[in-house]
Amino acid sequence: MSQPSTKILYCRCAFAKVIPEGTKNEVLERLCESGESFECVADLCEMSARRDDRIKQLLSEGQSVKIAACYPRAVKWLFHQAEAPFPDGDSVEVLNMREQSADEIIENLTQK
Amino acid sequence: MKNEIHPVQVILFEGNGATPWESSRRIGVTTDLLDRGYSVTRITDTANADALSDVSGEASVIVLGEFTDNAPEVVDSKSDRKIETRDTSGLDTEAVVTLVEETRAELADGLNQPGENGAWKPWFPVIDYDRCTNCMQCLSFCLFDVYGVDEDKQIQVQNNDNCKTNCPACSRVCPEVAIMFPKYGTGPINGEPVKQADVERESMKVDITSLLGGDIYSSLRTRSEKAKSRFSKERSPDKALNERKRCLTKLQQSGIIPAEVLAELDLASLPSPEEIQRKAEELAALQDSQSAGAE
Repeated sequence: MSQPSTKILYCRCAFAKVIPEGTKNEVLERLCESGESFECVADLCEMSARRDDRIKQLLSEGQSVKIAACYPRAVKWLFHQAEAPFPDGDSVEVLNMREQSADEIIENLTQK
Repeated sequence: MKNEIHPVQVILFEGNGATPWESSRRIGVTTDLLDRGYSVTRITDTANADALSDVSGEASVIVLGEFTDNAPEVVDSKSDRKIETRDTSGLDTEAVVTLVEETRAELADGLNQPGENGAWKPWFPVIDYDRCTNCMQCLSFCLFDVYGVDEDKQIQVQNNDNCKTNCPACSRVCPEVAIMFPKYGTGPINGEPVKQADVERESMKVDITSLLGGDIYSSLRTRSEKAKSRFSKERSPDKALNERKRCLTKLQQSGIIPAEVLAELDLASLPSPEEIQRKAEELAALQDSQSAGAE
């Protein structure tokens, strides 16, 4: 299990069908089966459009963050557009459910 | 504005003082709530002790749990969020979701629900500032005022709501492949890493523009067949112009744009360098006057 200092964010991408259903369902199921605390949002694009405070809060505490969503380039600039730019360094990692397998993603999310 | 409804946050509390949920119910509730447009936070005993110490944000919070002690205290430092706590002991998945919906109704909170009539699909451009050169092509090409400039005259997405759902036209004509629509099907528009072929197509467009003094539409059409085998099909001014025209025609048909206004627009070509400069200057002046007014 990951250390408490690593936050996990999962995006359901609920307004589009661009993430394979099988991948996003399996990642969510296995996340729910783990003992991890996590944040899930219906749609990260929606949160970004609204400059939602929770996006800013996610990055504001200096913890490392793992995000299961889509292409890292898109996610990085969605956060920027939400006035929550990724910090320098490698404290934020984006896992791409459009291309990576559920196994690969869940292993990364729950590793120590 | 369409996009001002913030998703209600549901917290599944399974930390100290609460019994962990059965796995299948946790999966069912989380999946169902996300698909209805809620945000869901699960808090277990692996969370930081202060996980509930500040739930900052704009939306209401509904805390669910099977509490063995008193329900945990949730602190909102700004004191402007509505917070409700509900015990879910003995409730199955469906009953928990119903409880959440009822609680939201009591709080009189709206929700942008995927699949519902009138729901706003979050479709808007995202700018990759590692690639953007602030050329203002997008600002001039988009006729719906999605783009603007900030106080440093840097291009930015200012009016997400104005973007026409499923239209990625501005992305197709960005010379630097810097505009993404994350919900688009294919790359590079969807945010995939940019390939050399995508950039080469743009180099070709820029060369032709300089050679022909901006009259690139017909030239590109002639050459596009040749280019198709080599370059990304998504990087296409032809497609972009057609998509933009379709969006405008829809607006005209719904009475939002008068036909005579539409007839005056040049919809067959990309903006000339002069047009780009004029629009950029107009917006910069507007930004200056707004900044002055705010001081």
